[in-house]
Parts: sequence; C-alpha cells; structure tokens
Amino acid sequence: MTQPIIQLSGLDKFYGNFQALSQVDLDIKTGEFFSLLGPSGCGKTTLLRSIAGFETPSAGSLYIDGQSMDGVPANKRPTNMVFQSYAIFPHMSVAENVAYGLKARKLPKAEIKTRVTDAIAMVGLQGFGERASHGLSGGQRQRVALARALVLKPRVLLLDEPLSALDKKLREQMQSELRQLQRAVGITFVLVTHDQEEALTMSDRIAVMFDGTIAQVATPQDLYGQPCSRLVANFIGMMNFLDAKILSTSGETVDVDVQSFGKLTLPLGQATGGLEGCDAVGVRPEMLTILTGSQTAEREIEAVVSEVFYYGDMTYYDVRLPFKEESVTITMRNTAGRSILGVGEKARVGWSASSLLLLK
Amino acid sequence: MLRKGHIFKWYIGIFLVFLYAPAILLPVFAFNDSSIVSFPLKGFTTKWFAVLQTNETLHVAVGNSLMIAVTTALFSTLFGVLAARASTRFVFPARRSIMGFIMLPMVLPEIIIGVSLLVVIIQMGFELSLWSIILGHILICTPFCIAILSSAFMNLDQSLEEASFDLGQTRWNTFWLVIIPLVMPGIVASLLIAFTISLDEFIIAFFLAGTEPTLPVYIWGQLRFPAKLPSLMALGTILLVLSISLLLVADYFRRRGIRKTGIENTGGFL
Repeated sequence: MTQPIIQLSGLDKFYGNFQALSQVDLDIKTGEFFSLLGPSGCGKTTLLRSIAGFETPSAGSLYIDGQSMDGVPANKRPTNMVFQSYAIFPHMSVAENVAYGLKARKLPKAEIKTRVTDAIAMVGLQGFGERASHGLSGGQRQRVALARALVLKPRVLLLDEPLSALDKKLREQMQSELRQLQRAVGITFVLVTHDQEEALTMSDRIAVMFDGTIAQVATPQDLYGQPCSRLVANFIGMMNFLDAKILSTSGETVDVDVQSFGKLTLPLGQATGGLEGCDAVGVRPEMLTILTGSQTAEREIEAVVSEVFYYGDMTYYDVRLPFKEESVTITMRNTAGRSILGVGEKARVGWSASSLLLLK
Repeated sequence: MLRKGHIFKWYIGIFLVFLYAPAILLPVFAFNDSSIVSFPLKGFTTKWFAVLQTNETLHVAVGNSLMIAVTTALFSTLFGVLAARASTRFVFPARRSIMGFIMLPMVLPEIIIGVSLLVVIIQMGFELSLWSIILGHILICTPFCIAILSSAFMNLDQSLEEASFDLGQTRWNTFWLVIIPLVMPGIVASLLIAFTISLDEFIIAFFLAGTEPTLPVYIWGQLRFPAKLPSLMALGTILLVLSISLLLVADYFRRRGIRKTGIENTGGFL
C-alpha cells in the first residue's frame, strides 16, 4: 500500500464567522483521478485552493507527498493548477505561456525549448506555439493551461471547474481527452466540479461535499449505486424517495414499512448510510419498470400515469402510486414495439426489494 | 421625430464651434502679418515664430515647465500605481475613507492648495523653487492617476497573478512579468494625463514659483504687452500642435498595447 499523495485531516477554514470547510479528512491516492463534487458554495473550491496554497486553512493538517504543507507557499508546492478562467497570460504567445514555469525554475534554454515543444504537442496544439494567446478559442486556451501546468511535471494537477466555460459538445470531448491525458502522464488529478455527470464519467473516486463537509467518498459506481444519504442520492442522478418507517432490526436484516410498497424485510447492507435516522427508501428511476403484456416482475403494483416526458431514446413517466398517492419517476428505454403510455392510463409498475436503499 | 433630430444636429454644431473655434483662431493669427490681433487679416508671415526663437526667458520657462511636468508625471504615476494596487488588491481598515481623502484634491480648489502650500513652505523655512511647484502638481495629479490606474488594475483577472505564483514565480517577479505589462496602457494614460495637467497648470505654479516661472506663468505675464500678443499666438499654435500629436502618439501606443494583449480597454478616455 503506497502512501496517499494528499492527506488532509481535520481541515477547517473560516472566513470571519462563515465556516467554508469543517473537519475535512481526505486521502487522495497517488495517480488517481479524483473529483470534488458539490453544489456551488459547498467549499470544494476552497478545499482545492487550500491544497494549491492560495488559502491557509484555519486548522488541521495537509500533507502532500508525505511533506507537511504548513507555511509552504503556492510557488513552492509540488502542485499546479488549471484555473477556471484558464488565466492564460494574454501578453505572451502560447509557447511563452507554457515556458513560464520552466523559466521561473531557471532551467537551461535548450531544455525549456524541448519540454515546451513536447508539452504543446501532448495537448494537441502542434504549430500553435508562436500564436498570440488571446486569439485562441476556449478549448485551445484550456489546452494551453493544461500544457503550462503539466510541463512542470507536478505531483498533483489541480483543476478548478476547467470545463464549465465550454459548450456541451466540446465539454464532452474534453472530458475524454482529460481522462486519456491523465492516464498517459500518470499524474494525480484533482478536479473540482459541480457537474455530477462530469465527475461520474471522468473520476476514479469522487468526494461529494455539502456545506463545507465531505458527505461521501466513493467510486462512481458506488456513489450512484449506494449513496449514503438522500442528499447525496439526489445530487448524483435522479432518485425517487418514498416514506418509510423502520419497524425492527434482527441480525442482518431490517423490517421496514414502506407505505406505498407495503412491509418489507431488507438486508442491512441496503441501509448504505447506517440505520440511524432513516425515514425513506430510495429507488432509481431505471430500477422501476412499466410492465407490458405478459411481462412479470418480482413484485408489481398498480399505478396511474400522471405525466409523460418523451426524450427520443427514453421516456420519463411520472406515475402515482396507490394508498398514499406518492409519485415516482420511471425511465423506460424506447425499445422496438414498446408503446408510449398516455396520461391517465393505468400502468403495472414492476420493482424489486433489492433495488431499494434505506436512506436518512 | 425629424424635427427633434434637426435641433439635435444644430445643438451639436454650435457646441463644436464654441469648443474649437477659439483654438482654430490661434494658428490663423499666428501667421497673420500684423501686430494687432483682429480681422481683417493682413498678409502671411512666419516672423512671430522667429521672434520666439530668440526669446531666452521663454526658453527657460519652457524648460522649467517640461522639467516640472515630466517629474510630476513620473511621481504621480508611481504613487498612483501603489495606491491603485493597494486599493484593488488588498483589504485594509478604513480603506474607503483613506482612498476618499487621497482623491479629494481632485475637487479641491487649486487656489486653496496653492495658498496653503505657500504658507507651509514659507513657514518651514524652505525657498520656493521648481520643487515646490512639483510638490503641488503631484498633489493635484495623483488623484487623476489613481482614477485611471484603479480601473486598469481592477480589470486585471486576479487568477493571472495566482497562476504566475502557482507556476513557481515569486511575487516580485509576478508583479513585473505579469501585472505591469498588463496595466501598461493605464500607466501610459496616467503619465500622459499628469504631464498635461502639470504642463498647463497656472494657479499653483503662480503661487509657488520663486524666481523661475513656468510657461503658463510666463504667458500670463506677457499678456500685459499687446505687442507680444501675435508671438503668443505663435507659441499657442506650437503648443496646440504638440499636444494633439502627443495625444495621437499615446493613443496609438495604447491601441497597439490592447491589440497585442487582447485585454480590456483600460484608461480609454483619451
């Protein structure tokens, strides 16, 4: 087991009375693509800037590569940052921008030249070296920012919402390029984003943050499949919540009264955040099915379609369940031969106890 | 609607005539072959310019004015850079009121500054010299420089500075390699504004001039002699041409700087 590249423990950050970070403990492994995900104002950028050295934590410790970063300024840390605005120096050419950090390190001219050329080629900007940087497009500026940081071979590359300024198509392209680039250079990437899809597709592991605290750290699959609270579940993808009451626990199982689905016995493992305070079950929209014809499911319930949203490849149904009139969303793939139900039609909803999560 | 547009055109026309007609009269009379400044014009002559060439007192006054204006421009811009940087980048106690007091001389009547400086300088036992004028001029020019430079510094993306620091550069080098080049258009504008304000400032120069007059003080002194009027017209013509060329040159450099860096147009009221 190698030592984590970044170790944070008990990190606090106050701005006057406002607490931006509270008791953050986090280990980031060497070579992984790690994302800090959360809504705006959750402290993810403050955390990133603390790692970079732009913010001084009010309390707690921060180790990078086994070294305490206490009192180490940003220009002496083994980290480099890609800024949200890219912060490309407008009065310098692309090559001058990329060479900036190498010049600060007073490396020999010849070495600077080869490393700059390599870095520019690495991000796919061959032939752009002499271009003035202010004429570049958003995607090109991003590549320059990447080259400028990666040319210094940092131990950790910090990325502050690097894709938020790009349009959707370019963003998706850059997501896969960033992922490939990270695998190629093997440097630890720490990405800040508020876009859950971006975090899920790119990261090895994700930390979800709310209100200055880390709610959950997990792989994308675990985060989506086993969120530890309603807050996390709601932030990562869509989740239906149904009121539930814990009746009793016995050994490895828990008896629950989900009013809309009836009384159930679930394995303790499906209470992903612990049993305490659980008052709902969550189920992903794609885990529910609308049964047609002779199709059957483990469990079935009669419901009424209250809203239909047609997306081409998918249809989103809002259906109202009997008893408590709770509404759930169901997503169905529009496969051949499947007819789209209309509002007010009856639907047989298939579900299974194993896809339910007990959440607080 | 049409009628309104018509009135507006007249208004602009009259406004421009009032603004520029007197200035245009300067070159007209500078080349007029008559010692009386009035219509109708007589013949064409360049003798008034020749008179200027031999006037020693005038040359000294021009030299004084240039020396004062250049020194004032340098110092007020330096102070402006420091103040603008501090006020846009750092938060310190009573920042607003401190900045307010620094900006106050902009609206303070110059005669108050002139008189009070005169009293203070005499009371402290200093001789009046060109430096006392420079002192007064720095006092009135600095607020203008701060106003121009603040907007230049404000438009600067703070992450540029952080990026430089993050890439391993020191704060000192960051200032010279990133910040100064990017606020250069503002600095040029500031130098220019301070230079022009100082060059034609009269009240403070008049109060604080010892035995060495500046150009405006000299011109004012000459107005008592009607015979000197045509050569003053010639002098005015030269100043007019010089200041227009100076503005054009400065604006050229400013635009070039903006093109080169692609940053926002700062200090652009020239």
